Order: sequence, then C-alpha cells, then structure tokens
Amino acid sequence: MDKILRINMGAEGAPQFTTTPLGEYAGFGGRAMTTAVVSREVPPLCHALSSDNKLVIAPGMLSGTVAAMSGRLSIGCKSPLTGGIKESNSGGQAAQVLARLGYAAIILEGKPKTDDLYKIFINKEGVTIAVDNGLRMLPNYDLVAKMKAEFGDKISCISIGPAGEMKMNVASIACTDMEMRPTRHAGRGGVGAVMGSKGVKAIVLDDTGMSMRSPKDPEKFRDANKRFVEGLTKHPVTGQALPAYGTNVLTNILSEAGGYPTYNFKQGSFAGASKISGETLAELEKKRGGVPTHGCHRGCVIRCSGIFNDKDGHYLTKQPEYETVWAHGGNCGIDDIDAIAMIDFLDDNYGVDTIEMGTTIAVAMDAGIAKFGDAAAAINLVKEVGKGSYLGRILGGGAAVTGKVFGVERVPVVKGQAMPAYDPRAVKGIGVTYATSPMGADHTAGYAVATNILKVGGFVDPLVAEGQIELSRNLQIATAAVDSTGMCIFIAFAVLDQPETFQALLDLLNAFYGLELTGDGVVALGKKVLSMERDFNERAGFTSKQDRLPRYFSNESLAPHNVTFDVKDEDLDKVFNW
Amino acid sequence: MQITINLFATLRNNRFDSDQRQYPCGITIRSILNDLSIPENEAAIIFVNGRHAGPDTALLEKDTVSIFPPIGGG
Repeated sequence: MDKILRINMGAEGAPQFTTTPLGEYAGFGGRAMTTAVVSREVPPLCHALSSDNKLVIAPGMLSGTVAAMSGRLSIGCKSPLTGGIKESNSGGQAAQVLARLGYAAIILEGKPKTDDLYKIFINKEGVTIAVDNGLRMLPNYDLVAKMKAEFGDKISCISIGPAGEMKMNVASIACTDMEMRPTRHAGRGGVGAVMGSKGVKAIVLDDTGMSMRSPKDPEKFRDANKRFVEGLTKHPVTGQALPAYGTNVLTNILSEAGGYPTYNFKQGSFAGASKISGETLAELEKKRGGVPTHGCHRGCVIRCSGIFNDKDGHYLTKQPEYETVWAHGGNCGIDDIDAIAMIDFLDDNYGVDTIEMGTTIAVAMDAGIAKFGDAAAAINLVKEVGKGSYLGRILGGGAAVTGKVFGVERVPVVKGQAMPAYDPRAVKGIGVTYATSPMGADHTAGYAVATNILKVGGFVDPLVAEGQIELSRNLQIATAAVDSTGMCIFIAFAVLDQPETFQALLDLLNAFYGLELTGDGVVALGKKVLSMERDFNERAGFTSKQDRLPRYFSNESLAPHNVTFDVKDEDLDKVFNW
Repeated sequence: MQITINLFATLRNNRFDSDQRQYPCGITIRSILNDLSIPENEAAIIFVNGRHAGPDTALLEKDTVSIFPPIGGG
C-alpha cells in the first residue's frame, strides 16, 4: 500500500491518472486517510458536486493482510447531504483487493465536461479508464453482472446505481461481497452523488497475481492474529449472538428498552417488533434455505451477515441489517419482514442509504403521502426514487429535503443527516453522538448504545443525562482510530470488554508496521482524526449551533418512559475538550 | 403474584419466548433465573418494565421481566 492513485476526471480531452508515493499521507489509512486528504485538499466552501470536491477511497491500515476482520473500506468527501466532511464505511471485498493491489487511496478529482459515464479497471498491470455509456442508469446488480461478463469472475466492484447517477443525497456507493453481490454499501452522506458528479459508474478491481501484504514481523503478526481471533470467538457477542442472529437481534431489545423510534420518532416501542425481530428473521432464513451466518468479506470471523430467500426459496437480498429493518419497518409502522427485505433489495439495487431512505419515507408518511404501516406504498415510494420521477427526486433528497418540501416540522436530522435506529431521548448517550459527531446524526461514530443498552464496556443509564458526554467522547475517539485500521467496528464489542483482545489489536499494528503503539497512541490517532474533521467543518461554516438535536427532542416526551433529551447545550460543547 | 417473563435470542432455546407465571410477592430476579436454569452470566441484560435491572431487583405484581443474553449489533 505504497501508492496513491489520483484520477482527474476533468482533464482536458480525457480523464488522466497519476500514481504517486504517499508523501505527507504516509502512515494514514482508512478514515484517517480520507479525512486527511479531504481536510487538506478540498476547499470547505466548495459545492459538494463541483470539480473542487474530491472522493477519496481508502482501505485501512491492516487491509489486505491476513488479519481477521480487516476488510473495511473508507470513502470520504465533502458531503452533499450535510455540507460537512464525510467518511462513509463499507464492508465487502474492495478494501482488501485495493490494498493488495498496492493502493493506499484512490482520489477522484475534477469533473468531466461532458456527461459521459466512465468505468475504471485496476489490476496488476495498471489502470484503464474508459467511457461506457451503455452502463447508464443500470441498477447495481445488473451493473455487476455486466462487469463480470466483461472482466471475469475474479473481480470486485465499487459502483453507483441510478441514485448516484442522478446525484441524489441518499445515494450510496456499493461494494460487492464474497458472492459478488452489491450488498455492502458506503451508505451515509450521499457519497454516491459525489461519485456520480465525477462521471464514474464503476471501479472494477482484480488482484489476481498480487499477494497478501507482508508484516515487518511475520511471527509476531501471526501470534497477535491468533490471540485476536481467540478473543473475538470467545466473546459472547462476536462469537455467538452476531453470527447467530445478525445485527437485527437489536430490534427486540431496543423496543423493550423503549428506545425504538416508531412512526417517525413518535414513540419508543413498536407492537410489531417481534414479527421483524432478529430471532424471527433467523428462523425464516433457515426455513427458506437461506443462511443466518455469513461473512461480508474474506477473513471475517464474526459473520454477522446472512442470506435472505423469498417465499419460494430464491435469493432476494442479504440478511437485512438492524438499521434497515428499523428504518423501513418500525419507523414506518411496517411489520412485514418480506416487504422490508424487498425494500432492502431495491435500496441496494438503486444504490441508496437504507437509513436515510427509511427515515425519508417515514417523514413522507407524516406528510400524508402514504399511511404508516402501508408496506406496498413504501415499496412504491422507493421505486419512484429509482425511476427519478419528481416525487422520487424529492424523496431522493433525503429526510430534511422531503420535510421542507412537504412542510413537516418533525424531521429527525442533525447537520441534515437522518437519525438512525435509536431514539436519543431514551438512549441519551447516542443522542450526544448524534448531536456532536462531525458526521451528522450517525450511530457508528460513537456507539454509546453498547454501554447504554447492551452493557458492553460497562453501563451508563440511557435515561439520564449524567455520564453521556464522557461516554460519547471516548467512543468517538476510539471509533475514529478503529475506522483507520480497516477493522470492522464490531471488534469493539470484544475489545471494550477484553483488554487482552485490545492488546492483540495493538500487537497486530505494531507487528505489521514495526511500531510501538500503546493505548495512548490509539487515543492520539482518534483525536487527530476528529480534530481534522472538526476543523474542516468549522471552515465550512459550522458552529456549535449545528451540534444540537432538533428542538422537539427537548420538548416532546417519548413514551413509554416519558423522557426528553435533557443533556445541556453547554455540556455538548465539552465533548471535544482537548 | 403474576409476573410476565420474556426471553430472547439464545435464552429461548429449550425454554419459551414469553410466559406468565405466579411467584411469591417480592421475589428477586435471581430466584427467577434459578427457577429457569439461566446462569447469571447468561442473563446479561435484564429489564423490568423497560428499565435496566439486575439479579437483586425485587419484583411487584404485574411486572414484566425481559431477559437477554449478551448481544450486540449496530
């Protein structure tokens, strides 16, 4: 991973690429890389769809090695949804393949002067950039089939669907999984729109002939990996619950805890939760010949994903994630798991963020466009987005845009990005993360749910304001660091509870790079990444006024616990107190 | 007194999803775990009427107890 590939999509005549050494970006990976490049090279006041914005695609520091769990890809830019800096993170094969091809980052720059659509092919021999307008408006599954036919079946794809081509704020970037399906997405923040604005439909990777990246100390690396895997296997969350039930195991517990946003964040418990729960989903998958235990990238030992077949036993989509089931399920009052799975497939195919899409539909339901609980109507609304009708374009603008157009007051967004599957009034730690993360309302950025609800890494009562600032701060710092390693954030469940597993992670980094990182070093890295992000946002015009939840969360009481978000503004401003 | 007990994920194996049972007044969660043969370290998350509780919590008439094994997601 010793080179950076820069592709100027706006070069005179045709896109031009150059390959350079890492230079000032040596030592960065994943989110640290994307944030460093964006914060240093993108003018913060630029239009996100302009030639000044850059799309940075970076594997993590340990991607492309034999380290377990190291397959996460970071994609960064100025977000058209939030107007601030964005890092969007995805599983699938791309990170490992890109790293083995030797690239620490691909940077898409500029903007073509024509509306030609390009595909980029990268293999051992080099880089080919070609016009291919025959790919125009292909949904992701069809696009991948075409790339497979053209480039063979050893490829991995990074692609946008019609939503990205239409430059919608909800547009995601898809990465193919081990079965070469476009089921893993860099979902949040409209990164797909930026890729679309640069005229790139697909980046096709083939690492045939390349080898695994070799550590400085292979013996120590092997030993550290062994201990790392042991730690993941023995922890009950990463070793049992996630492989058995996937992330959707959270549906029942959030509804029991009274923190499951229902009917566009009107109440914290959903009567239909059990019907769409992880337990029900796993049963159904097994019954229909699907699989409830499945890894999204080679080297994953947690295997939280799965395969969902329809009533006739045919593949429909990957096991829908908790956030997807919530957004298209309880938040819309829908308790039909087959409808939710169909929407998951449509979201993947059109290339949209399932969280933003679901919250947008719920806002549309509040506007009277459809009834809460009407699954068929919800499916049709998603199809409108794929078609690019005027209604589809409005919905494709995201929850905030949809709320503005239809005059809806209660729009659950921070910095323009829709809140995920935890009500901040009943899970106050995640409320602090939503308010203060440079990413906007984001749950993975500082997953306080782990400690508020799941009792991982200790316990902080979710229903009180006390303790939440420190909790969110520590998790945001740790996450910014983990996001730079290429490791799946779910290692955190084991790493937060088991010091020896955290040590194994440090040992992996140290053995690979010949470093002597300690826990303090990890904290320093996390703080550095967050500081760069905060600085970019400030230069983009953000103030502390953007580090707030919408006012109705402080005024409107949430049943069943009758709570409001009462963390003080002056405390929110203390999260980044270094 | 009548208590509703909800079990989730792996705790349902060889037990039940939801049941209503009679227990003596003021019984603790620990006694119920014993009654159901659930080792304390498997009852990672316990709610009584939607609020976090622990093995020492004593119950009242018509309480709902929900018990989860260690789980995670995101």
